[in-house]
Formats: sequence, structure tokens, C-alpha cells
Amino acid sequence: MALAFKQETFRDDYTYSNSPREIKRFPFPFAEDQYMYSVNIEPHGKGKAGSVFEFELDIDEHYVAECIDKKITLEQDPGRYESLPHMMDAQWDFVELAMDALSRDYPEHFSLKKNGLQWTWENKPLGIKDTFTFGDASTLPMEPFDYMGRQAQGDFVLLDQRDETLYADAGFVTTQADWSLAFNVGMSWREWHGPVPRVTELGVMDRALKYLLNLQLGSPVRRLNWTMTINPRLDTSPENYPFWGGDRNTVNADNVGELVHLRVELQTLFRLPRSNGIMFGVRCYLISLNEIATHPRWAKRLHRVLKSLHPDLIEYKGMTKFHPLAVNWLANFDDGAELGLGTQPE
Amino acid sequence: MNMINIKVAAIEQVTPLVKHFTFVTDDGSAFPAFSGGSHVVVSLDIGGRVHRNPYSLMGSPDDTSAYHISVRLQEKSRGGSVFMHESVTVGMQLKITYPVNLFSLAKKGRKHILIAGGIGITPFMSQIADLKRMGADFELHYAFRSPEHGAFATKLEQHCGEKFHCYTDSNGERLNLNTLLIKQPLGTHVYVCGPNAMVVAVLATAREFGWPENHIHSEQFLAPPIGESFKMQLARSNKEILVPADMSMLEAIEAAGVEADFLCRGGVCGRCELNVLETDGALMHNDHFLTDAEKASCKKIMPCVSRAKCDRLVLDI
Repeated sequence: MALAFKQETFRDDYTYSNSPREIKRFPFPFAEDQYMYSVNIEPHGKGKAGSVFEFELDIDEHYVAECIDKKITLEQDPGRYESLPHMMDAQWDFVELAMDALSRDYPEHFSLKKNGLQWTWENKPLGIKDTFTFGDASTLPMEPFDYMGRQAQGDFVLLDQRDETLYADAGFVTTQADWSLAFNVGMSWREWHGPVPRVTELGVMDRALKYLLNLQLGSPVRRLNWTMTINPRLDTSPENYPFWGGDRNTVNADNVGELVHLRVELQTLFRLPRSNGIMFGVRCYLISLNEIATHPRWAKRLHRVLKSLHPDLIEYKGMTKFHPLAVNWLANFDDGAELGLGTQPE
Repeated sequence: MNMINIKVAAIEQVTPLVKHFTFVTDDGSAFPAFSGGSHVVVSLDIGGRVHRNPYSLMGSPDDTSAYHISVRLQEKSRGGSVFMHESVTVGMQLKITYPVNLFSLAKKGRKHILIAGGIGITPFMSQIADLKRMGADFELHYAFRSPEHGAFATKLEQHCGEKFHCYTDSNGERLNLNTLLIKQPLGTHVYVCGPNAMVVAVLATAREFGWPENHIHSEQFLAPPIGESFKMQLARSNKEILVPADMSMLEAIEAAGVEADFLCRGGVCGRCELNVLETDGALMHNDHFLTDAEKASCKKIMPCVSRAKCDRLVLDI
């Protein structure tokens, strides 16, 4: 089925919104009333038709608008794209993965023709058509990872595996939840997870690292992560904190449903074939509390999760300012009745 | 576990003890690309018992139309290499895992010294293709018993030119590790694959000269050793099973219909690690994965290559 791409903005006048279909497929992350940080990794196989897990790379009605927003962010700050010199094999791995996935899963929008190393890529929604030589960066208008990172929703980090750990040695990061590529590039697993509260003690990060070092080609995995964002803003970077940080002070009892958004990251990890690196994808989904409340089960669940959230996590996720307002607003949807396990909307 | 269905496209006897196998996919589609130093695990159904052996991919990683492996006939084979040599024929269908790389090149290395002994040459065949593509500075040192055992020496000489050095034992040629390693510039990485004595000597020499640990790389797949049979209990599956003398613990677990995680099956990757809940005897750790402290604690075991000598062994699976 061909997607109808919306014209909308993720900044300034924030015209972004979700259609009822998009709301229904939102990757709501809370199966229980209490949230606790966990590794929660599962195979990223072929998910249910229509769900965000159906394909390796998910695109939706926001595709075109998000790609335009990425371009604006990059123009203002070219440092959102970074790749260290030894990552060129991984860059091409990324190009192949993204082009194969999009052309296979969305043939009405994308096509890829391979004639040996001569490839022709067509992206109809963005009006791009290029013929290039796979493996020869001089035949593309920019570095391969930059070229294809602009044509997929979400952020991408390419990890190099060496010395029994993973290094974030390349990244295309324009839709991040308050972390900086410029700060993290070249860092190892333990370094970039340093700030996450309450996990080092649990040994969670060591276990996750051990698992990922053995991540297999052909068996990608995923997990969901979440935070909350004021306004449907993709670029909540530390670099641009002055442009969005203050928005937290604008939330009040009247606009909380409209302004406060649940931000869910579908994080995927793919072993890359030529480089033996790992592609870490962070696909961001935004939904306002008003939109969540169109499914009362979700509103009820979110109320309980937020209400019982550990203070360290409220602080880490930058929710301190508006947390009580969101909890109070969501309380209107919670009758206290027991809610069964599961993330389904109804 | 995701597997690839393959067909044997060609078999070539390259030395008196080594056969080279060419695989294509069952449906004629392309294989995934891979990185130099990768291996696949080949599943062999030998008389109703599944053997799974790891073999390095030795073709060029750029060629996705076929995969290539070489198999040395092992003197103390548990059946896998004998089966590959005597029973696998052209046209036969087999299953292999996706490529896994536990012996990858350090891409930031300024120079790469590759040292191979005998069949240990195989992972370097694909690494050389990667090194040449990257334009990296490297040397290949290849030692073997006698001229007829120098599989691929001619081909490698053509590929590598003056970067290639070979040592034929029967001609009295020896690789002198001291003179080789002492003259290398800062930022050099050394890689070794071959018989145990060679691996141990390279590691010891490099350490002796103060090479950083993360610049020393080795790969040594172990075949599960034959031992005495013993019984074990699988706590979560609520089963008691016998591990026969010529079967690994992992194979016995699988044969009992219990699903166990695995990857390399050669004591290297750590994926099949199991917690030991109880034991009244000795664990015989044969892997390269657990630390000495972990081995001594008797709390963990790698069932792909390790065994036990005891009357009671309870595993958390």
C-alpha cells in the first residue's frame, strides 16, 4: 500500500500530528504498570503486518517531512554527521542495508537496480535518482553514509568492534533525545553509557555488551526506549538546548495534553557484513498525550508508569518540570481498575 | 538460529590432507558479504547425529556468488573432517550459519603481520583481500611441513608478491619470531592462526617485547575433545542426560531436544556459556573464553568444548 506523506513541521509552528492509523501503530512501550530499566532485547524479525516492526527499516506518513527536517538540522550544524576514516566499509554496509530494505519493503516508493557494482537508486518521495559504483565514494555526491542517512527516518550510529568492546565511530544524528554525537564520537560502550543511572550497579550494560559483541549477521535485534519531549520536536540536541530546553516552562494544566509528547525510540541493531561493525538505528516516534488519550487503555497505563517512576529516572529523562502536570492530567483517565499485561491500545 | 541452505558446487584436493569446498546457495541467490577472518559453522548429519564444525571462509569477501572453505583431515577426528573428506560430494545440500567474525582485522592498525601455520592459513586468505582493498601495509608469513603441504602458497605469492614469506620445514626453513617481531614499528598488529605451539610462541614473543595486548590476535578453534562419558542434569528442562565419550556437552544437550545457544562451537565466542548450579567433581575447561578465575570458581562452563569428571553435575538450562 502506498503511503500518503504529510506536509508538516517538527519546529517553529509544529504542525506535526498523527493520523488515527498512525496512532494505532504507535510502538507503545509499557506492558506493565511499573517501568524499570532493562535490556529488553528481542529479535528484530518480521513483525505483524502494518506494525512498526513489520520491516527492517520502518517508514511512515512522516517520512518526507522528517527528511526535510533532517536537512535543516544538518545545514545549521554539519557536525551532526561524522565518520572516522576507518569506517568506510561500514558506510557502504549501511548503504546496502538501507537500499535493500527500502526497495524490497516499499517497492512503490523506492527502487534499486544492481548491475554488478553499478547501482541505480531511485527514491520517488524525495525525487532522487542516482547511478553510482558501489564501493567508490567518488561516484556519490557526498559520503555514502551521509547520502543514505538523509533518506531514512531516524538516527544511525555505526559501531566499530575492537578490543572486546564497541566504539561509536560514525554517526548521523539529527533526531536525538538530548545526547551529542560530537561529544560521543569515538567513545567506547562503557564511556557513552556512563551517565545512565542505576544500571552500572545492575550489571545490565556489561551483559548487553557481551550479547552485542556476538550479534549475528542476518539476526538483527531491537529494543524500545522512551522519554518525553515538549512539542513534537525531533532535534532535541544538547547543541540546540537554548531552542527547546525552555519549552518545559510553557507547560500548564490547560496545554499539557497538546504539548507533552511521549517519545519512543525503536532501537535496532544489525551486524554489518563487510566491516564486521554494528549499525545502531534509533527511529523516533512522537505522540501527544491528547493522541494517546484516544486509546484510554494507553492513557491509564501511562498514568501508572509515570506516577511510579523512580525520581532518578524522572531527572535523567528531563521530566522534572512537567512530570506532576502530566501525571495529574492522565489521572483523569485512570479509574483504578486492574489492567492486564500487554502494550495493545484496546 | 538463522541458517543458509547451500549446495556443494566443487571439491578439490589441494594437498594430501586438505580438501577445498566451494558452496553456492540452494536457490542461486547471492550470499551475504562478509569481513576477512570470518567463519561459518557447517552442519553435518552423520548417521543421524548432527555435527557442527566451524571453518574459515577463504574466498574474497567481495565475491558473494560462492563461499569457499578448506578442511584438513584431522588425525583424531570425531567424524566431522572424515565425513567432509569421504562422504560430502558435489551437489550435496548442507546448512551453514551466517558468517561470524571472531578474528577481525584491527582497521586502525598501521601495519599487520599475519602468521599462519599449515591449515591456519585459511582465515588469512580473506583478510588479505580486505587488506589489499584498504591499501594497508602487511606481511604474510606462512609456515608448513613440506612442499606438498603448502596449500595455496603459489596463489598467495601471486597475490601478495614481496609481502609473502613462506617457510618449508622439510627444507630446514624456520620462521624466526624474535627477528620478525622485534623490528616492527609502533602501531603494528600481529595475527596468528595455526598449531597450538605456534600460537603460544607468537603470543609469548609479542608479550616479551612489550606489545600491547590489544595488538596481538589469535584464532584457534578447538575440536571438542574425546573424554569419558558422564551424566548431567538440566535443571530448567528437568532432564537427566548422558554425555557419551565422543560427544560434547552441547551436542548431548541438543540431542536431548533442549535448545541451547551457540555460535562458534570452538570455545572462543562465549555464546553457549552455562551456569553450573551444582557439581561434586572436576570441570575440565577446554575453552579460550572464561578467565582463569571463572574456571576456578566452577560456576560457569562452555559446553561446546568442555567436559566434566564427576558423578553429579547440574546445569541451569
